Amino acid sequence: MAVLLMETPVSEIAPRRIARESQLGLMWRRFRQHRLALISLWVVVFFYAVAILAEFLSPTDPSAYNARYTYAPPQGIHFFDRNEDGSWYFGPFVYGYKTEIDPVALRRTFVIDEEVRLPVRFFAESAPYRLAGLIPMSTRFIGLENPRDPFYILGADRLGRDLLSRLIHGTRISLSIGLAGVTLSLFFGIVIGGFAGFYGGRFDGVVMRVVEFIRSMPTIPLWLGLAAALPRDWSALQTYFAITIILSLIGWTELARVVRGRFLSLRTEDFVTAAQLDGASDWRIVTRHMVPSFTSHIIAAATLAIPGMILAETALSFLGLGLQAPIVSWGTLLQDAQNIRTLATAPWLLMPGLCVIVVILALNFLGDGLRDAADPHGR
Amino acid sequence: MPQIPMAAEPILAIKNMSITFTSPDEADVEAVRQVDLTLTAGKTLALVGESGCGKSVTARAILRLLDKSALLPSGEILFNHGQGTVDIARLKPDSLAMRSIRGAEISMIFQEPMTSLSPVHTIGDQIDEVIVLHEGVSPKKARERTVHLLDQVGISGARERANAYPFELSGGLRQRAMIAMALACTPKLLIADEPTTALDVTTQAQILDLLRQLQDDFGMAMLFITHDLGVVAEIADEVAVMYLGDVVEQGDVYEVFRSPQHPYTQALMNSVPHLRRKADRQRLSPIKGTVPSPKDRPAGCAFTSRCPYVFEPCAGTRPAPTEVGAGHLARCHLLARTKMEALA
Amino acid sequence: MVGFIVRRFIAMLLTLLAVSIVAFAIIQLPPGDFLTSYIAQLASTGDQVDPRVIENLRAQYGLGEPFYVQYWKWITGVVQGNFGHSFEWKRPVWELIWGRIGNSILLEGLAVIVMWFVALPIGIYAAVRKYSLGDYLSTILGFIGLAVPNFLFALILMYLAYTWFGTTLGGLFSPEFEMARWSLPRVWDFLSHAWAPVLVLATAGTAELIRILRANLLDEMKKPYVVTARAKGLPEWKVILKYPVRLALNPLISTIGWLLPALVSGSVIVSVVMNLPTAGPMLLRSLTTQDMYLAGAIILLLSVLTVIGTLISDILLALIDPRIRYGAR
Repeated sequence: MAVLLMETPVSEIAPRRIARESQLGLMWRRFRQHRLALISLWVVVFFYAVAILAEFLSPTDPSAYNARYTYAPPQGIHFFDRNEDGSWYFGPFVYGYKTEIDPVALRRTFVIDEEVRLPVRFFAESAPYRLAGLIPMSTRFIGLENPRDPFYILGADRLGRDLLSRLIHGTRISLSIGLAGVTLSLFFGIVIGGFAGFYGGRFDGVVMRVVEFIRSMPTIPLWLGLAAALPRDWSALQTYFAITIILSLIGWTELARVVRGRFLSLRTEDFVTAAQLDGASDWRIVTRHMVPSFTSHIIAAATLAIPGMILAETALSFLGLGLQAPIVSWGTLLQDAQNIRTLATAPWLLMPGLCVIVVILALNFLGDGLRDAADPHGR
Repeated sequence: MPQIPMAAEPILAIKNMSITFTSPDEADVEAVRQVDLTLTAGKTLALVGESGCGKSVTARAILRLLDKSALLPSGEILFNHGQGTVDIARLKPDSLAMRSIRGAEISMIFQEPMTSLSPVHTIGDQIDEVIVLHEGVSPKKARERTVHLLDQVGISGARERANAYPFELSGGLRQRAMIAMALACTPKLLIADEPTTALDVTTQAQILDLLRQLQDDFGMAMLFITHDLGVVAEIADEVAVMYLGDVVEQGDVYEVFRSPQHPYTQALMNSVPHLRRKADRQRLSPIKGTVPSPKDRPAGCAFTSRCPYVFEPCAGTRPAPTEVGAGHLARCHLLARTKMEALA
Repeated sequence: MVGFIVRRFIAMLLTLLAVSIVAFAIIQLPPGDFLTSYIAQLASTGDQVDPRVIENLRAQYGLGEPFYVQYWKWITGVVQGNFGHSFEWKRPVWELIWGRIGNSILLEGLAVIVMWFVALPIGIYAAVRKYSLGDYLSTILGFIGLAVPNFLFALILMYLAYTWFGTTLGGLFSPEFEMARWSLPRVWDFLSHAWAPVLVLATAGTAELIRILRANLLDEMKKPYVVTARAKGLPEWKVILKYPVRLALNPLISTIGWLLPALVSGSVIVSVVMNLPTAGPMLLRSLTTQDMYLAGAIILLLSVLTVIGTLISDILLALIDPRIRYGAR
């Protein structure tokens, strides 16, 4: 009775162009079609470039303070102005400050003085420094003709330090800690998740219980507890690495889950079985056959893990248990913004928050784009 | 051979119906072209064709269950509900008029009895709902009816089974429950969209028997959609063969099976395996080529690209239906030509 | 069903055991034992320490003994409600924290309720009217909820309230109600304070829930049983609410499992920013002063809270989804 018609595919198979492309090449090809992800990629590249070139891009030394300019408001940067004789002035410049006494609070406040024009110069001379601690240089991207004039494009903080310079240096710390944390997590994740996924069995069971357990815990209290135990007399660098390790202690779980999942599904794929039947060693199967087929997934998952790291560092430092004072990160910068009254007089202190939001969004869009590109059928 | 009594008032008459799918990015696709079908009480019309030929779309159009992207630009779906006729093609899909026909006057059963029932509601719940909705009886009364219905479709222990969830039942029982749901308000027309495709062969036979028996009891008309010619022979009184949106041949099932007139129907019949001794076996002759996409369908006969007898008018002009027997129609230029020659 | 709950319950007990070990490890983390620093602290303020008191404390906490002995002494105390002693406040830990933990639960519970009440209609709307203006607006809200860390959101909200209305948001009660018993005016006072932190806490979760609900619902609406429901003649809104929404809720409930840890985490930091009398600020303070029994107790209780919340969501899921209740896939 079951006499069926032939179920033929509706569309004809188009003749294929014979071409080879690596997994990553294919991924990039698909990725380019996501406009938002592509824009985000450039945003992320921009921020990481800022992080690398921090010393060069920041107008002043981030720790140079000037008690005369406490909470000086942002000067902005201007390009056109009308001279007194009515002619136009071109070229980048900032206005100077003048002080006014607040008649009510009897407090000294700064206001922008439009009478004083301070021209901005590109590649200005500065005190010698080492770019990224390596390359000796003595020019900065922008500077004032007279280095002693106040130069606060985004305003000043409590000690009269330049917020822009601090923000740029904070970018370096915050972004690098995100990257370092993810790298470390990735290492743990691939090793632990890889073993669990490849060998399965009891080890896999234990690993998955541990992963589940860690993921069911509220992270901030745990992080705080761990960070509080760091000795206070540790150097900045030691704290930096310790915080990175603390963040990865929890961060590896998600990556381990992804890696394990891929391993488990790949383990039963025919090409892996074929390699096993050919007598390939485990190591060869993993490195030559399995890893290439999920690199793209790992890249996507790692990208999506960076925002969490950045947020965690920001939160810890904001609470005062993360990175400590001489280190500048977005979190330590936001610490200054904790007091609502300070914030009311100097709202520009929220600038680091804006950077956090932009970078988190960009990284998320980028990660989403990568994930879609890595797995076009996965959604 | 039983003739269709001409006097019998049709329950549903589809006249010249076309269905077009629109899309913002692509050109419109005409999924069904100028179909005429007639359904009579107590009779079963089988709609046969390969997947993607438009048979399910046609069925869903009758209940206006198609997406918003599907339009009915021309044609009528005349439904006789006892107090005159209504043109379903002109009703709004979510209007009260349409909704009061669905489930009450015309109901439908689907291919996948697992996914077509909600997994988190009990069988009884889902059947009660139709009765309460259309007859306004109390849930308790509705449940009595449900139990009776489940009994009627051959589910043993109906009262307990009414409280079961779909995943607790076998595929055959689920399909029986679907049938009970469809018949809950004694509809005039039952549309069965490949109701046996997902079932194994023995269950298939049971379900077909059940449907036939229920048709005798309830006297409803049935539109039976399938791609299985064996099933057609089993259950249908009339058959309509569809290919790529066209009904290429329709008529009495014995008539069509005995002397298929359209090249596509003939090819279909040849591609059916027959039970023979091994020595006498012949290779099946599958239809050459593949079904083109509706987008690439020629303006003329849809079968042009695969037809062994193709000649000049096929690609350009759409053949009109030719009457080749009593109530037996086929759309083919060959037939029109032989008729012309016979007349000349 | 009973079997399911029992299994879940045993799993929860094991998780709780692990949680308590982690919390105790954190208590032990700071170098040196706390008693030494306690004595040093007392000595620096000029207090004389009775050596017998010290000896008692040493015995009570099992100091100098192996980790597991100390842990056992601590955990048996915890089970009886004795969380140890706060050396900074010189009071039993439990006295200090029970009110604050209560406030935490209240705040987080309210946030969960707000999340659901906001996310449910918006998520359904966004899925049913896919690509409409409202759908895009909810997507934008989703991105904001995703990218704005909640402490930053709290800061911005406080800043705006201060500059626009001259009010300082913060705290949970006005001073006159701080210590009062619960009464109608106190509830009102609480609500007039709590809306801001609840809003802050609920935003990220709401955005996430909307995103998940929309995706689930879009998936479910493609399923054949929806067509069946339409073919019954049900009106469209009833079709949507009774069938696909009902099914889309199931995976949503299981999201509580990871939504809750994030919420508890968030409430710690938001409470610090908005100066709320919850467990958060006390945790931070106890950690900075290395008042470890207090810190450990708070970490333990916050984690226990999360684990219990997850168990409740599991049971809820089993209640509404017969497939889980009957162990079918």
